[in-house]
Amino acid sequence: MKAPARIVALLGPQRFHPTLRDVMTSLGMQGRVAAITAGWQEREREDQDLRDHLDERTVNLELYARGERVAQRDPELAAAHHARQDRVRRLQELYRQRLAFALDACAVLARAPGADADLDHERRAAREAVRALDAAHLQRLREIHAEFESRMKPAEREAVIHERTEIARLMDSTDAVAIAGGHVAVLLNRLRQFDIAGLLGGRAVFAWSAGAMAIAEHVVLFYDLTPHGSSWPEVLDEGLGVVKGVVPLPHARRRLNLDDRVRVSLMASRFEPAMCAALEDGAALVVRPDGWSAGEGARRLSQAGAVEPLGVA
Amino acid sequence: MITAMLPAALRPLFAMGPPNPAAVEDFLARSRFPLVHGTSCTFVWHGEADAVSLKHWIFGLPQKQSFHRIEGADLWYLQLELPPQSRIEYKLEVVNGDEAVWIEDPLNPQRARDPYGANSVAYGEGYETPEWTQPNSESRPGTLEEVWRPSPALERDARLTVYLPARFRRTRKYPLLIVHDGHDFLEYASLRTVLDNLIHRLEIPEMVVALTDPGQRLLEYANFAPHARFIADELVPWLESRFPLTGRPADRCLMGASMGAVAALSTAVRYPDRFGRLLLESGSFAFTDIGESPRRGPIESVVGFVNAFRERPRKVAERAFVSCGRYESLIVENRSLVPTLQSAGMEVRYVEARDGHNWENWRDRLRDGLTWLYPGPMWMVYE
Repeated sequence: MKAPARIVALLGPQRFHPTLRDVMTSLGMQGRVAAITAGWQEREREDQDLRDHLDERTVNLELYARGERVAQRDPELAAAHHARQDRVRRLQELYRQRLAFALDACAVLARAPGADADLDHERRAAREAVRALDAAHLQRLREIHAEFESRMKPAEREAVIHERTEIARLMDSTDAVAIAGGHVAVLLNRLRQFDIAGLLGGRAVFAWSAGAMAIAEHVVLFYDLTPHGSSWPEVLDEGLGVVKGVVPLPHARRRLNLDDRVRVSLMASRFEPAMCAALEDGAALVVRPDGWSAGEGARRLSQAGAVEPLGVA
Repeated sequence: MITAMLPAALRPLFAMGPPNPAAVEDFLARSRFPLVHGTSCTFVWHGEADAVSLKHWIFGLPQKQSFHRIEGADLWYLQLELPPQSRIEYKLEVVNGDEAVWIEDPLNPQRARDPYGANSVAYGEGYETPEWTQPNSESRPGTLEEVWRPSPALERDARLTVYLPARFRRTRKYPLLIVHDGHDFLEYASLRTVLDNLIHRLEIPEMVVALTDPGQRLLEYANFAPHARFIADELVPWLESRFPLTGRPADRCLMGASMGAVAALSTAVRYPDRFGRLLLESGSFAFTDIGESPRRGPIESVVGFVNAFRERPRKVAERAFVSCGRYESLIVENRSLVPTLQSAGMEVRYVEARDGHNWENWRDRLRDGLTWLYPGPMWMVYE
């Protein structure tokens, strides 16, 4: 895990075990907090629980509503955004189809009896094929986003500038940013649309669930228990990269088959050197410029197929 | 008594010769009935009787099977094959003199309720009640709102219960699920709990569910034009005027079990552009390839409809989920429906279970059906 220029805390889900205030207090943070709840979409302002939890110290940046306003004020940008999203969705579907076969191959080889050199070679090659597929998918997305940025120049459009200026003004009074979960693609879009990474400055960032996923380098979707279709984790896109070298897996126990050592091992080796961090209720993975620490509830998926305590580095 | 002739599950009780009453009581208290070992299932009755029989609804087996008496022990038993994952509902018929009564198995606490009362339930090895059918304190509960609507088509007032998902918002657009025999699904198939749980798990999207009930069920659900008109021309427009629904055919689903499945399919056939999804469980899709149907009663009136549909299948929905129990007499009809729907261009998912024509079978298939027809946002939402 690479050290960020600021404190970043990846927390476990907050609905039943809110720990945000305690973690902030333990880090000496008492000031105002910019809240991002855009992942809740139209429920964005239903944040009373969060406000209560932080003793009304929050300022909701309302990124979801701002995005809706931009779409209304700049229909040309909205149309281009929708066209890009349609393309991205199709690309995701195509990638998913290739991925299912590639990961099935990995699993078949991993479960094959024996441990000779030839089998090991094929297992490694199968894994590398998946990593190459993930990398190629990310590269295609990068190109699509770059083309959109270059053609539409969203950061230079009046509607976006207006909202971003307002966001920056609101953030001026805050010492930290709290990013809640919800719909990870919607959240990621809004974070990108208003270049929130560029407004963070030295503020500490506290993120959980989809929020933790969106600020990582890569957003990895996962749900092993899916009733239909492929159940293999897939890369959605690049994240903000506020924290590097970690793949956050909120509610891992509920969403992943952590008893399946082959699947756990595949997940860990597929994304290495990034660490797959299972973040259950109560988890806190705090990344400081001088190292990181993890409390109860945070575990790592190992290449041996185990789920281990995270410890300290 | 030749112990070797007894089912293996009972032999230990007789290992030292005929057991005394205390040993029998102890055995009964310690055991879980019926006694299931591998694929062998032994039903036991303890008490005085002239005859004891098993009454069940497993197609392919005699509906009544006699227990064997163990001399001198007031014990009766019947051994059946019970394949893994099976679930069967049954009663015991106990005969004393001229009196024969059907009772639930007093040694088996497992019950399944239905509109006619309750049955005892035997589970084959490996069957587990799905956890998503059980109340979960983490699932946010939806609400039920009951209204009565006058139906000109049916010439009666129709009771309607609307399920709104937790955190329902008028600013959002929802898909619509219309359920036949809605209150029975609530009462006997845990539909409310299932909806709450599947929405909580993000495996289905938040949706509005309209639970309808029939008046004269066997008339209204047997390909009855006024029923279809009620659903398509009265209920759907009213729901769409009152609730924030997407209004797209792909987001409208008709669901039903048994005759309710006939009502769902026949409504879709009469209004082929309205409903994009069908969830059909153990449909009473009786048909004939030659001659008259051997079936009697209300199902006879379904034969003409199914025969015509088989003759000229039409695409009446994009997707259809079809399920049936292997122990149902309707298994052939439901298996036959699948290629018929597919030949018309519909995408079909067909699921069988080792179960009978009952509400818990229909409950247990709901996750498979609903998640296939309406995949939820589980890949995208992390709360």
